[in-house]
Amino acid sequence: MKRRGYEGVAVCAPISVPYRRYSVDSAHWWIGRALHALTQRTGLKPADIDGLSVSSFTLAPDTAVGLTQHLGLSPRWLDHVPMGGASGGVALRRAARAVQAGDADFVACVAADTNHVDSFRKTLSSFSRFAQDAVYPYGSGGPNASFALITRHYMNRTGATREDFGRICVAQRANAQRYDGALMQKSLTLDDYMRARAIADPIHLFDCVMPCAGAEAFLVCREEDAQAMKLPFVRVLSTIERHNAYQNDPIQFRGGWAQDRDDFWSMAGIAPGDVDFLQTYDDYPVIVMMQIEDLGFCAKGEAPVFVRDHSLTTDGDFPHNTSGGQLSVGQAGAAGGYLGMVEAIRQLTDEAGATTVPNARVGLVSGFGMINYDRGLASSAVLLARS
Amino acid sequence: MTSALTAFAAALATGTIRVIDLTHTLTPEFPTIVMPPELGQCAPFRMEEVSRYDERGPAWYWNNFSMGEHTGTHFDAPIHWVTGKELPDNAVDTIPPAHFLAPACVIDCSAESAADADFVLTVPFVEAWEAKHGRIPPQSWVLLRTDWHKRPPKAYVNLLDDGPHSPGPAPAVVKWLVEQRDVHGFGTETIGTDAGQAAHFNPPYPAHHYMHGRGRYGLQCLTNLDLLPPTGALILAAPLKIRQGSGSPLRVLALVETKP
Amino acid sequence: MTEPLLRPRRKDPLRKTREPLLPQGLRSRTAHGLTAAAAEGRFMLQVCTDCGFTLYPPRDACPSCLSDRVPFHDVAPGGMVLAETTIRTSTDPYFRERMPWRIGTVTLDCGPSFVAHLHGDAAEGSRVTMTLRLDKSGNAVAIAMPDKPTSHQEDDVQLRELTCDPKFRRVLITDGRNATGQAMALAMAAAHASIVFVGIADAWKPFPGETDLRAIPCVEIVPLDITDTRSVADVAGEIAHRVDILVNTSEHHRAGGIMNRHGLTIAHEEMDIRYFGLLRLAQHFGPTMRARGADGVNAAAAFVNLLSVHALMNWPEYGAFSAAEAACLSASQALRAELRGGGVKVLNMFAGPLDTEWFQSVPPPKLSPAALAKATVDALRMGIEDSYVGDIAQDIRARLDVQPKALERELGG
Repeated sequence: MKRRGYEGVAVCAPISVPYRRYSVDSAHWWIGRALHALTQRTGLKPADIDGLSVSSFTLAPDTAVGLTQHLGLSPRWLDHVPMGGASGGVALRRAARAVQAGDADFVACVAADTNHVDSFRKTLSSFSRFAQDAVYPYGSGGPNASFALITRHYMNRTGATREDFGRICVAQRANAQRYDGALMQKSLTLDDYMRARAIADPIHLFDCVMPCAGAEAFLVCREEDAQAMKLPFVRVLSTIERHNAYQNDPIQFRGGWAQDRDDFWSMAGIAPGDVDFLQTYDDYPVIVMMQIEDLGFCAKGEAPVFVRDHSLTTDGDFPHNTSGGQLSVGQAGAAGGYLGMVEAIRQLTDEAGATTVPNARVGLVSGFGMINYDRGLASSAVLLARS
Repeated sequence: MTSALTAFAAALATGTIRVIDLTHTLTPEFPTIVMPPELGQCAPFRMEEVSRYDERGPAWYWNNFSMGEHTGTHFDAPIHWVTGKELPDNAVDTIPPAHFLAPACVIDCSAESAADADFVLTVPFVEAWEAKHGRIPPQSWVLLRTDWHKRPPKAYVNLLDDGPHSPGPAPAVVKWLVEQRDVHGFGTETIGTDAGQAAHFNPPYPAHHYMHGRGRYGLQCLTNLDLLPPTGALILAAPLKIRQGSGSPLRVLALVETKP
Repeated sequence: MTEPLLRPRRKDPLRKTREPLLPQGLRSRTAHGLTAAAAEGRFMLQVCTDCGFTLYPPRDACPSCLSDRVPFHDVAPGGMVLAETTIRTSTDPYFRERMPWRIGTVTLDCGPSFVAHLHGDAAEGSRVTMTLRLDKSGNAVAIAMPDKPTSHQEDDVQLRELTCDPKFRRVLITDGRNATGQAMALAMAAAHASIVFVGIADAWKPFPGETDLRAIPCVEIVPLDITDTRSVADVAGEIAHRVDILVNTSEHHRAGGIMNRHGLTIAHEEMDIRYFGLLRLAQHFGPTMRARGADGVNAAAAFVNLLSVHALMNWPEYGAFSAAEAACLSASQALRAELRGGGVKVLNMFAGPLDTEWFQSVPPPKLSPAALAKATVDALRMGIEDSYVGDIAQDIRARLDVQPKALERELGG
């Protein structure tokens, strides 16, 4: 059965609440800030928000339901998307169907997390049943150790070098220096990257995101409503989502995008060469390479060559993570899964400021996340176009 | 109070009459008699602290303890031996209390015991003692002084691979003491009123056999017999009043008159 | 190449003792199937009864056919290290003070990918044998061992966190009067224990084997009487801080039943020597051992009970004895939980009748004290918690798995 397109859906109002390294406030507070900014930006009153999608790791013991009463909302469509870095794409494609069907008119999509001084350890040790049973007892190195194994294997199979990963990080830092919201703006050279201390071999300091507190949000509604409210918006050309792909691969070498990419491009009616910028999930650089391959920008195993052959800065020939990605902006928990989406909306509505990619018409936002045991389970991708 | 008792109390107060303790301290380290392993054993002395000014009892200290009737310095009643099992008043709770006070004759064979751990007391030896100290009066304790109480535990029990080796009475002298001298009972410093190798005597364990068979008593693991005069000491030995008890650990005291 | 372990120097008395920390101890209930395997030194994974798929991590449904019949089975332990990493920082306090720490993805011959600890000699790309061991929290973890033994293999730093090797440790054998205690002293000395304390109660009573026992160079006799609380307290006061492995070799083997026995004094002895003896040892040596669970190369490691396998199912001919052993088994489970805070293990050795005088009339097979001692050393080297030694014990174990009620009837004659 041919999947329905996203005609008539508008994605607008990109909101980023400035990140902080540590915060004494709750996730509820950060979500409240994002929704407040959304109402200010759109002119909607809270009572007008009849759809809500929430992604957060630090909302416990609440879920989206508790938030409705906490924040005084009364939505007729409610979703809680616990998919980490894939959340942006997943939230968008659900909200899009809701407004197409008329189940909701204005869906606020928000991702936020606080970061208390001991948040990270608590999150790690009870992250998932498999992490509790089969990962944390083995050195408690966290995702750093898990992705170190994936990186090491990827390097063995493709010949990727640390310098290749370094190129990605260096380009993203250059981009971040043009984005006010980035927490890390100190310049980063390839030499700095190579000489940084080891975290879990072969992963070193600049391969790792910095956990922080923050919030990102956007609104999904129908085109006619966005136009009536004079909100600049973007259109959705296609979306995909896949979880626990290629489960029999002994170690993760490809993600879910590879399984559904033909559908992805054919629904959009375009090819990788038509994309003006790519926002990937960059926790860690090895996953960036997998996304470049699995979304179809190059053959499997060729991303190291691709990265050597292209310039990934906003003024380069393959603009990538144009606001700096999580590696330079910071990872505000689940908001890391929205960071690329919100930046893409800015790019395609002329709100990107100093990070603007000239003449950008189409952007690809790719998401990944939820390392349950030894691999990231969730993946999503969205193609957005200027309206 | 009669004048005899008043005089006695005064004599105690002035030290004319002294009290000598003939009792070992009850500790877990004190050896007990060892039966062949297939048979029932005498329980050693053990203590469990109940509280010691602590959360188990803030202002007090006390213990529970356990032991056998024949642990440490102890008294043997006639019911302890098969030969005395049918006699009247043969258990510690039925022995007439007057029997808990009696004079004692102390026969010194410490030199002979030092030379021979298997020294056996004989009738001639006792007769020679009587020649010096007079005939043993009726209803007296006969206490065998061997200075064994001074030995460290291993030498005290003196277990070799054919059993224990310690001094004791020959069958003939026990029979003679009961029949010819009407003694009150027999007391020793060793574990048991009988010699260490008495299992091989005929009858075996003659001190138990003849004493208890004739309703007399035993005292063992005594100390300080070397501080007693050969005659004239009065022994207080009152066992615990255990229902149908065969014996009990007790405090054995000797009253001795100081020569003026 | 594993660096050979160096004999530790005497402890600097002015330095604070490192407190024991534990790796994260939560596991799902299903994951404790691995704990049960590690407790006995077996390598077991879930295998789907309906489609034969071998799965890991532990699950409640087969990811191949969704069957819920996924019991644990012994599986082939071979595999290959596909990728390795050396972790250099951790937010977990236990691992943080043990960095760097090497783990790897091992592809098992039987199917799953297993993220496991790596022995230092298990190189990326090489064949390995997987083993399940108990970590300091008493949970199963896998460590990939080199396929062929390597020199000083047992001295690997990461492996030693999982084992209770007597090498360079100080051992207390609670009763050296019996053949088992004497065989244990010999075995521990041969296993390179630095000191073997041997308890001898009632020094006034001679015993066979005394001369040979005293002749073992690293043996130090202590006047320990486990039936006397004060004796245990006094000896513990003097040496508890130097006891890294405690092996309770006290014995009181007497035939006799519950109804079929005259009187209670032997039962009192059985309980006092075996059950109350264990309690006294636990109360007076346990706390110090628990505090020393991370105290260097010769940290406190294990409290060993030598139990009759009939603690698990009564043998009526030795019925009262079996009941006392059952009391000891239950107590040991509590002790295991109590000592866990220090990362100190409780190891239960289960044996059938020994080839000693009190089992004289029992027909073979019987277990020699030397064999029991060797098995104890092996179990300590593996760091397991339950070891069934000899034919009878293994037979009882197997029959318990099949049908306990049948075993009860069969032992009852």
